[in-house]
Amino acid sequence: MLLIRCPYCEEERPELEFRNAGEAHIARSGNIAGESDDDFEKFFFIRSNPKGIIYERWRHIHGCARFFNAVRDTVTDKFVMTYKAGEPKPSKLPKNGNEGVAK
Amino acid sequence: MSGAFRIPAAGRLKQAKTARFSFDGQSYTGIEGDTLASALLANGVHLVGRSFKYHRPRGILSAGAEEPNALVQIVRDDARKTPNVRATVQELYDGLAANSQNRWPSLSFDVGAVNDLASPMFSAGFYYKTFMWPKAAWKSLYEPKIREAAGLGVSPDRPDPDHYSSRYAHCDVLVLGGGAAGIAAALAAAETGVRVILADEQAEFGGSLRFESGARIDGQDGFAWAQGAVAKLAAMDNVRVLPRTTAFGYYAQNFVGLVERVSDHLKAPGHDLPRERLWQVRAKRVVLASGAIERHMVFANNDRPGVMLAGAARTFLNHYGVAVGRNVGVYTANDSAYAAAIDLKKAGVNVAAIVDLRDNPTGPVIDEARALGIEINFGRAVIRAGGKLRVSSMTVQPKNGGGERTIPVDAILMSAGWTPSVHLFSQSRGKVAFNDETKRFVPGTYAQDCVSVGACNGTDGLSGTVDEAYAAGAKAAKDAGAKAGKGSKPKVDASESWSRGMLGAAPGAGPDTTVKAFVDFQNDVTAKDIRQAVHEGMRSIEHVKRFTTNGMATDQGKTSNMHGLAIAAETLGKPIPEVGLTTFRAPYTPVTFGSIVSHARGPLFDPTRKTAIHPWAERQGAVFEDVGQWKRAWYFPKGGEDMHAAVDRECVGVRTNAGLFDASTLGKIEVVGPDAAKFMELLYTNPWEKLEPGRCRYGIMLREDGFIYDDGVVGRLAPDRFHVTTTTGGAPRVMNHMEDYLQTEFPHLNVWLTSITEQWAVIAVQGPKSRDIIAPLVEGIDMSDEALPHMSVREGKICGVPTRLFRMSFTGERGFEVNVPADYGQAVWEALWAEGQKHGAVAYGTEAMHVLRAEKGYIIVGQDTDGTVTPNDAGLDWAVGKKKTDFVGIRGMMRPDLVAKGRKQLVGLKTKDPKVVLEEGAQIVEDPRQPIPMKMIGHVTSSYWSQNCGRSIALALVAGGRDRMGDTLYVPMPDGVIEVEVTGMVFFDETGGRLNG
Repeated sequence: MLLIRCPYCEEERPELEFRNAGEAHIARSGNIAGESDDDFEKFFFIRSNPKGIIYERWRHIHGCARFFNAVRDTVTDKFVMTYKAGEPKPSKLPKNGNEGVAK
Repeated sequence: MSGAFRIPAAGRLKQAKTARFSFDGQSYTGIEGDTLASALLANGVHLVGRSFKYHRPRGILSAGAEEPNALVQIVRDDARKTPNVRATVQELYDGLAANSQNRWPSLSFDVGAVNDLASPMFSAGFYYKTFMWPKAAWKSLYEPKIREAAGLGVSPDRPDPDHYSSRYAHCDVLVLGGGAAGIAAALAAAETGVRVILADEQAEFGGSLRFESGARIDGQDGFAWAQGAVAKLAAMDNVRVLPRTTAFGYYAQNFVGLVERVSDHLKAPGHDLPRERLWQVRAKRVVLASGAIERHMVFANNDRPGVMLAGAARTFLNHYGVAVGRNVGVYTANDSAYAAAIDLKKAGVNVAAIVDLRDNPTGPVIDEARALGIEINFGRAVIRAGGKLRVSSMTVQPKNGGGERTIPVDAILMSAGWTPSVHLFSQSRGKVAFNDETKRFVPGTYAQDCVSVGACNGTDGLSGTVDEAYAAGAKAAKDAGAKAGKGSKPKVDASESWSRGMLGAAPGAGPDTTVKAFVDFQNDVTAKDIRQAVHEGMRSIEHVKRFTTNGMATDQGKTSNMHGLAIAAETLGKPIPEVGLTTFRAPYTPVTFGSIVSHARGPLFDPTRKTAIHPWAERQGAVFEDVGQWKRAWYFPKGGEDMHAAVDRECVGVRTNAGLFDASTLGKIEVVGPDAAKFMELLYTNPWEKLEPGRCRYGIMLREDGFIYDDGVVGRLAPDRFHVTTTTGGAPRVMNHMEDYLQTEFPHLNVWLTSITEQWAVIAVQGPKSRDIIAPLVEGIDMSDEALPHMSVREGKICGVPTRLFRMSFTGERGFEVNVPADYGQAVWEALWAEGQKHGAVAYGTEAMHVLRAEKGYIIVGQDTDGTVTPNDAGLDWAVGKKKTDFVGIRGMMRPDLVAKGRKQLVGLKTKDPKVVLEEGAQIVEDPRQPIPMKMIGHVTSSYWSQNCGRSIALALVAGGRDRMGDTLYVPMPDGVIEVEVTGMVFFDETGGRLNG
């Protein structure tokens, strides 16, 4: 069972308290009704599904109930870091995520 | 005397404490502290089981958890019959009753042994090849027969009467394995003051110190030192010592699963004791001290009872005081078996001969054996064991061929060397590395914060082990945040040391032979089977494993994996590391379902939710149905009514007079804040800004893809306060959906969301006389149609308690939903029920509620919709705000396929024969005479007998349904085609006049 750091509670909690909520940093258009079919397809259907680093949304549903973002390696299943919803996508990742953040 | 083979001067058990036990009905005497295996051996019993496939007689191979052969059924009572218990692990208690397995009619005469004679038929891949044809026979004939023949013990056939407990624990340093290495590591860590857990699978700590008679630490016998050290650890506040506890799984981020066997060793476990306890431990650092497991020699008939591991024979002697024979032979490829021969010889057992595959080994143990006058044969092999139910001889031959000589023996002690137990390390996703010099896999690259010490790390010798382990324990503590410790390292005064050995088949069991030289005892896999797998095209060791089932038994190949790998590598002509090891998977040893499930079974498996009105419904004899976790009253049978009669009566009663319905399970969410209306505009298709406080609206929630997600009536209590209702099953996901948008897409909105489902009990009072029933109990609310029209809400009091009184209807009748604080739910219900009795009201359940709403064409999200239905498909376009520029789903709804012609639309269906009730889920076709497979144009979503309409009614999703009004369609069923007419969705009171009184 993984430990996940909730950036609001500021501590690691067991995976059971959390729920994944899909890929992060996919902006919903302010004028969504006016979007082209292609743009809506990109927004709604297309996901990166990477082998390696993924930016995704999680919710501390059985804790503080906040949504936040996490960087996870899909190969090792390790969380590199977590950060609050609304914060920009980190441009630099900590070198050893396992040591620096997820502990 | 507790057995003829007990040597009173040997071992550590107290001879006076005897324990009676039985095996296959025969009574024996053992000693407290014995395992079932040692007690049987003390009584000269070697034959304890029959093998899985060939039903060959089997004895006791080992003295520990790796045991593949000695699996027995322990019977405590009718409900407690545990199969496949390892006799080497089961501790003896007075009155223990064990039975052998996989034999009929008896252990010594087993009919199934005919499989052994027919063994050429049962070679590797037998099942895959033999039972392929005819295909149909697999299900009806082959599989049931194989299942009957397979498996060793018999599963208990009654519910498990024991209870199991479960604990979470956190520690700084978790030490797995309580031999010399584990104890030294735990001492070093504990002395720093950090939290330490030390666990070992045996009843007593000490590991191989239990048999290593030559070990001395801190001036004491090794085993005695271990007991002292563990007693000291157990007395420390920061240390938890767990004997009889097996670490079975190593998961992510140092999360380790352990099972503690709490009471299986007790004669009469008190009911307050769990049988087992599951420990889920999160450790900052883990020290793996899991030791090593001795390998057997692979030669013909190496499975005869009496042929066992040399280390096991030593354990039986030095710990349990049991001689495994009177005239033993030794077959080895390394030094460690010499120590067994020496110990037995000194205890007065005749050692017929030591057969050593090595050409001219030297060393102190060899000198000592020779000095004791034991015959030693170098460069020779045991090519076969004689005897059947018990080994009677060993036949020796020079390893490169030559004259045979048969030596009578009653036991053969064998050792091909020791395999480091890297199971847990490997489970931690660490990568093992092959040491070419010592021919063993040892921990290579670590993936987690753990460290291996001692024999499982490939460290030889007690001195080296204690040094390494003590240093590792101290470092683990330091890494976990400890200051320096103030203890001192145990001093090893004398130790035993050996390494090396051999892998694979011994001479006489080579590629040119067809002998039964077993690699995997439990699954009856021979060296020949492994070669055959390679010859038949298996290249990957994972394929060899699955084809032969080598290593797939309950012992998970603890003794067999390395031999199997070496034989496969030799046959493939590849070096061992290129062939690679099969993956180690949890559990290390079998784990009971009971310990994993713990208390989460029966009524505690899943929470049961009951409404405040539940006890009343129970008293009325309601039949309940499960709706998610909720128990809901389904119908209220009176005087022997069946469901049909009860529902008809309830439905008519509501429309004639009135009915009371417990609607408390409806999801309820309060949306509050200055931007509440703005938020509602974004989450629902409907317009909300202009909804006046005190009024209600039926709302539809979509997902971003444009499909209906949920629905419900929403009341605006104040400009900044909405009381939102959801479907019963949808409440949690609707709340999640709202929170998601509020927190991440619309965080600028000043809104709070609160789940109030359980705070408000809801009593629906529906029917022409509903107002007459409610009005006398209400204070502060004008109940007139002018002041409280359909779809409005007021706050006031009922029966003196606060209420949110909705005028709304899910029946098409004048109706109310009375919300009261849940604590008053039953009292208010009873007051309303008493009033209702004056007006002929009925209590109705969910079935009647479904019928009544279907008579009016009101949909149920999740029944009449399935996640691919748009508001337009459901005929709910009127509920979508046409002037709105944004809401969740607005863009999805415009997708080309969602606005295309010919989509399935919700319509009504009337069967041509009004008495016929369609089946929900039945498919609909245009032309019943078309060839199969027919083109299906839709399906029935809701279907009921309507007593109020005097006929059956149904709702259905039909392609282009609204353009087919009046058309005849067909529902083909197994016993005939049903004709139906497409209609509107409202079957009763089409003008809706009854709603308003």
